[in-house]
Amino acid sequence: MSARKGFFTDTSVCIGCKACEVACKEWNQVPPDPRGLTGNSYDNSGELGANRWRHVAFIEQKLSVGVEEAAPESLVEEAARQGLVADGLDQHEDADGFRWLMSSDVCKHCTEAGCLDACPTGALFRTEFGTVVVQPDICNGCGYCVVSCPFGVIDQRQGDGRVWKCTMCYDRLKDEMEPACAQACPTDSIQFGDLDELRERAARRVELLHQRGRGEARLYGDSEDDGVGGFGAFFLLLDEPETYRLPPDPVVPTRRSPEVWAAALGAAATLVGGVAASFLRGRR
Amino acid sequence: MSPKAERSMVPRERPTSYYGRPIVKRPVWKPEIPLYFFFGGLAGGSATLAAAATFAGRPRLARRAWAGAFVGVTVSPVLLIRDLGQPRRFLYMLRVVKVTSPMSLGAWLLAANGGATTLAAGLNLLLPRRRGGLPEVGAALVGAPLATYTAALITNSAIPAWSEARLEMPFVFASSAAASAAGAAMLTVPSAEAEPARALGIAAVAVEEVASRVMLKRLGPLAKAYEEGEPGKIDRAARALSAAGALALAIGGRAGRRHGASEADRTRRAISATGGALLLAGACCKRWAVFKAGFASAEDPAQTVDLQRARMAGR
Repeated sequence: MSARKGFFTDTSVCIGCKACEVACKEWNQVPPDPRGLTGNSYDNSGELGANRWRHVAFIEQKLSVGVEEAAPESLVEEAARQGLVADGLDQHEDADGFRWLMSSDVCKHCTEAGCLDACPTGALFRTEFGTVVVQPDICNGCGYCVVSCPFGVIDQRQGDGRVWKCTMCYDRLKDEMEPACAQACPTDSIQFGDLDELRERAARRVELLHQRGRGEARLYGDSEDDGVGGFGAFFLLLDEPETYRLPPDPVVPTRRSPEVWAAALGAAATLVGGVAASFLRGRR
Repeated sequence: MSPKAERSMVPRERPTSYYGRPIVKRPVWKPEIPLYFFFGGLAGGSATLAAAATFAGRPRLARRAWAGAFVGVTVSPVLLIRDLGQPRRFLYMLRVVKVTSPMSLGAWLLAANGGATTLAAGLNLLLPRRRGGLPEVGAALVGAPLATYTAALITNSAIPAWSEARLEMPFVFASSAAASAAGAAMLTVPSAEAEPARALGIAAVAVEEVASRVMLKRLGPLAKAYEEGEPGKIDRAARALSAAGALALAIGGRAGRRHGASEADRTRRAISATGGALLLAGACCKRWAVFKAGFASAEDPAQTVDLQRARMAGR
């Protein structure tokens, strides 16, 4: 077992080029799934699924910066007068209160993976790199992993019936290469490496952004205390997770299993008791 | 963090979503799956009822209930295999026993119940004077959890309206399974021997209604997934069918008391059989409603986000 590998996706430097989506599709021979124009900014690929293992989200935000009323002529001048530019308004490219968030989403390769726990065939397994991978020759298409993923990542492929998701380029990792998306990323928004090292790097990065006045920068999935025991692929975000279609407090279903089974067995016992009671009544 | 950086540039109102897109995936299961929940419940409930009837010395009720259980365990794997698409894919399910996967445990439970029920049903049909033994006990012991594990299967998931109902759903499924078993018995057993099934059916409908109400109350805002739209319509139909069935069983209550089949008795007998059929229809609709509620819940990102935000606020 080698050191656990992971992704650190720093969305503050994502430029929305979608090279990761393309590289992933090319390398992994993921089938196309055209859906036409969505009207949702530059996002015409929807979300992660059986045929999309990297997905770039585009979020256009018109934000109130509190100077709109005071600035009848020029928002830029008013913002400069109030010193808002150095305070973080510089991220809004034209200083007009507009900002564009871009983020490349991927399977989180959870420490406690709901898909892996749910899989009844053993098709999903934990690799020597600490990643979670589906073996297509064993998957029987039961679909249980699909409802067990708190992130809505894994999905069934139409016409095939089996499920597919990011493998963190398991084949490339075995040859000591980095995953295709990380290699293709031109800004190092997607960083690949040993998870421990990535977490240290991310902590430094978020601290730097805070020093520069980007107080909204936060890490997502870097802590082992969360509901999935920490992500193998974690993120630096500039807004709440749900803005990016990410759950704010994901919990692996398996953590509820003791309650689930206690209730199921309690109900089974009640069923036996109820049936027996109906016979006692019948005898009277 | 510098004091300057703490000034939020982003107005925090209610949680946002990404173009209203769902966060968790909707189930990929076909209609075979809720039908399986129904037939699995019928199998498990009938095996329990049949075992009790065998031990209580009610051979006619026992034989019909065993037949119902056998039909249930025979139809169940057919439905599962149809959902998977290719028959041999079902065998992959038997590669491993996985305690973290309710589906894996359920597959083994179904296999065990299939064996025990087939044996017990065969013995009861061949030996009318049989008073029960190990096969009957075994079939009942794996039959009852067969009826409730399907609730564990869906509540052990990331779908908010399913997962948050984890404590109550097995009781809804158990009572629905009892109503199915009782309904099948009332439909097929025209004698006084079926009286315990009548009592069971009426009680099961009452318990199901109470368990459902408790479940919806405790779900809070997530209950919307069960109450509105298509799932809501199906759930109302399920409750109406079950209530009508229970009423019919109560009215037909005296039908089997005397043999002799007067005109009035035949009428009451017909009412009881109709009640049994209504119970079966109600139980089937109930599973269908619960199934569809999972889709509604998955498709609404607010269900996922609001639940998690409330949890975070509570910490």
